[in-house]
Amino acid sequence: MSDASTNPSDVPHKSESLLVPSKLMRRRNAAETRYKAYGIAAIVISLATLGIMLFTIFSDGISAFSQATLRFPVTMDAATLDPKGNRDIAEMTKVTTIGYKKVLEKSLIDELNKRQVAVDGVSEKDIGAFISGDAPARLRDMVLADPSLIGQTIDFSAFATGRIDGYFKGRVTMETAKLDSNISPEQLQLADKMKQAGILDVRFNPKFFTNPDASDTRPESSGLGVAIIGTLYMMALVVVLSLPLGVAAAIYLEEFAPQNRFTDLIEVNISNLAAVPSIVFGILGLAIFINFGGLPQSSSLVGALVLTLMALPTIIIATRASLRAVPPSIRTAALGIGASKVQMVFHHVLPLAMPGILTGTILSLATSLGETGPLLLIGMEAFVVNYPSGPLTGGVMEPATALPVQVYAWAARSDPAFIERASGAIIVLLAFLLVMNIVAIILRRRFERRW
Amino acid sequence: MSVFMLLVVIAVLALVGFVVGRQRALASAAGNIKEMHSLPVYYGWHGALMVIVPSLLALTLWLLIQPLVIERQLVGYFPPEVLESSAARTLAMADVRRVAEGLDIAIAQGAMTEVQADMVRTEFGSVRDRLAEVGVALGAEVTPQVLAAAQNYRELAVIGNIGRSILTFLVALAGLIYAIRITNKDFRARNRVEQVVMALLSLSSTVAILTTVGIVLSLVGESLRFFTMYPWQDFFFSLTWSPNFQGGSDLGLAPLLWGTIYISFVSIIVAAPIGLFSAIYLAEYASPRVRSVVKPAIEVIAGIPTVVFGLFALVTLGPILRDWIAEPTGWGNSGSSVMTAGLVIGILNIPFVSSLADDVINAVPQAMRDGSYGIGATKSETIRLVILPAALPGIVGGMLLALSRAIGETMIVTMGAGAAAKLDLNPFEAMTTITVKIVSQLTGDTEFDSPETLVAFALGMTLFVLTLGLNVIALYIVRKYREQYE
Repeated sequence: MSDASTNPSDVPHKSESLLVPSKLMRRRNAAETRYKAYGIAAIVISLATLGIMLFTIFSDGISAFSQATLRFPVTMDAATLDPKGNRDIAEMTKVTTIGYKKVLEKSLIDELNKRQVAVDGVSEKDIGAFISGDAPARLRDMVLADPSLIGQTIDFSAFATGRIDGYFKGRVTMETAKLDSNISPEQLQLADKMKQAGILDVRFNPKFFTNPDASDTRPESSGLGVAIIGTLYMMALVVVLSLPLGVAAAIYLEEFAPQNRFTDLIEVNISNLAAVPSIVFGILGLAIFINFGGLPQSSSLVGALVLTLMALPTIIIATRASLRAVPPSIRTAALGIGASKVQMVFHHVLPLAMPGILTGTILSLATSLGETGPLLLIGMEAFVVNYPSGPLTGGVMEPATALPVQVYAWAARSDPAFIERASGAIIVLLAFLLVMNIVAIILRRRFERRW
Repeated sequence: MSVFMLLVVIAVLALVGFVVGRQRALASAAGNIKEMHSLPVYYGWHGALMVIVPSLLALTLWLLIQPLVIERQLVGYFPPEVLESSAARTLAMADVRRVAEGLDIAIAQGAMTEVQADMVRTEFGSVRDRLAEVGVALGAEVTPQVLAAAQNYRELAVIGNIGRSILTFLVALAGLIYAIRITNKDFRARNRVEQVVMALLSLSSTVAILTTVGIVLSLVGESLRFFTMYPWQDFFFSLTWSPNFQGGSDLGLAPLLWGTIYISFVSIIVAAPIGLFSAIYLAEYASPRVRSVVKPAIEVIAGIPTVVFGLFALVTLGPILRDWIAEPTGWGNSGSSVMTAGLVIGILNIPFVSSLADDVINAVPQAMRDGSYGIGATKSETIRLVILPAALPGIVGGMLLALSRAIGETMIVTMGAGAAAKLDLNPFEAMTTITVKIVSQLTGDTEFDSPETLVAFALGMTLFVLTLGLNVIALYIVRKYREQYE
């Protein structure tokens, strides 16, 4: 006899219909809906944050790829650029960029007058301030490379300064210009007129990908050139160093290693290294490679070494997983027809595991591509203006930066124009990551076999 | 000969070794493969390996030893007081190296001839200015000793490089000759090659140990140096952090540790429920189609570099929190705050918590769910009363791992948490963490002989121990309390 039947009052709702949910059932169903709602809310929150984040980055950064550019004919005034008139390079190098700035300034004002753009009280100096600080240097290099340009009139395009550029992108407004010592509302009005006259336009800026970094005062001419080269060098080195090393270690541990204390120690080490904060690897790089090993600071070689050490545990773990996925029948078959163990691994198991290994390697490469903290410690946040030389002539030993580090360096600057640039750099970085992930997915889809 | 050229030479000799070894073995068996002990290709590999392995070993050793020997030779140029402290000595040697490199560059650019570089003296004018002309910036004027040492350094380096080339070449050649002489049809080439391959494989598996040893050595060594300059009691128990590169700084760990823990706490408050509930939904409620879309989408978060989150904290979330919450309520007026950094790290950790929780929830056997449904429990009751208790150790372990990641996170806190070290309860106040201070003490032009710089290594040590401890505890919990099914 059960307790329930001895005590009928404990059996509730006897009279109620089965078709109408009881109070308890309603409560239980409400809990059910609530759980589901929590889950959906959690997913919506995380995906919405991701969406908002990507949206703000893209809306901030997409404008970094275009730039307000001035185009006007420049008359190379021989009297200023070559005062002695003998086209002697040695003499001409004495003319600094200040001289070239004057030439540009004068040509721009002439062009304004020619097109009858009313200047409305903007002083000549303020008109000159439209031209980016890097234009005179560029013009000087052009002239020194080809002295015959002197006396001619050439079509020249120069970036407008960051504030003018910001005005067309909505970063600078008439109100902020009033408070800003670097720009005045009158200049902005003139910029509008110049745009109508066709002297100034906002166009795609390929130099964002090729120029090196530039100083605080001229965000418009800064670019990702050095960072992209540095990143490519590092990625190439990381692949060259970590793939053979990681695969070899994984093969040894998975296929050959005897079960003993030493291999246990290695395995514990690998799993612990995967969890060590990345900044600690930066300290390691600084102490061992730079201070002890004497390798040059900020070089892509040191960066690559640090990233290799960070990537190794993940590569080893991924490789071991894909080696394990190769069925034992392959191994026994190979051994059965007389292959040695080494032959079995290198002729049969490894080729079959290769797609998985490559996928894992690409993914861990993608992780190290975005790594910033350790690179800061080995000095890669330095301001590098010179392109590193080619890989065979020691370019990996020269100072370089990397994409994520450039993002950080730009984000730390005060001019808001650099925030736009940092977001633009992130877009480039994410594009790199996207490509790598797509390659990994394609590799997995096309070559991975299910046994 | 540059190292690169040497590698090319080794590669060429290895190729020769491969071809000759294979040919010789075939010739000795008169072209009949059946008479040979190993396949022809193994004789080839044997020849190549005998060239590569010893010569690379010799080259590596030479590269490691040469700087030490040269340094010892140059000791005579410096007064004894420089040589006493290892830091001053390293600095002096770095100066010498930089000047020597500068001379090299000057020669490469044609600003000096080889003879001029050897003859240049400080008495004839500023060497610093001359090097600056070719783009080598030196911090200070070159002293006569440093210049003389640099010139001697260049001479020694030239001698060293010639010696290096000769040695490597000879070793490679010896390997080649040995391989050729030993090769005949009865030589057990495959076994030899496999032995070498095995040795190389097991050698590369020790890299993990070497890395750990490197980490521990660099952290412990420099930390010990720090503690000789700064009392450890003050580091661990002082409540103020105010580094001052002129000396007399307070380097107390407490404010940094507090900031780290506070921010990690906020992050786990965000990541734990969101990650857990999304894992529950994906594992128990979602249809396979929804799951196959949403799970990768959440994991995209984990693939985004942390510097992107940092910029988001700095540019978007920080100002929003400041303008909408902190300033109206009067809690603070700083964009970077514990809240900003904590929230963003929490978001970063959602996929981590969610995929770990997903794994452990999926590991709970279906039979337990079916049993629960069979006695009339709803899905949510099954989750609450059956699945979560069974998965709890795994979930707790996952949370601890997430906590350890939050503690070690660098970029988000560097960009979003601020730099002010203080002990405060207000989450809208800017605070700083261990990682932020490691970055700020070690970036820029630093010299490794002041406690202000070396403290970063002690901080790194603390961080390492903290995260490692959390990981060990997490793994222990997972292992100890895991329910064994089947």
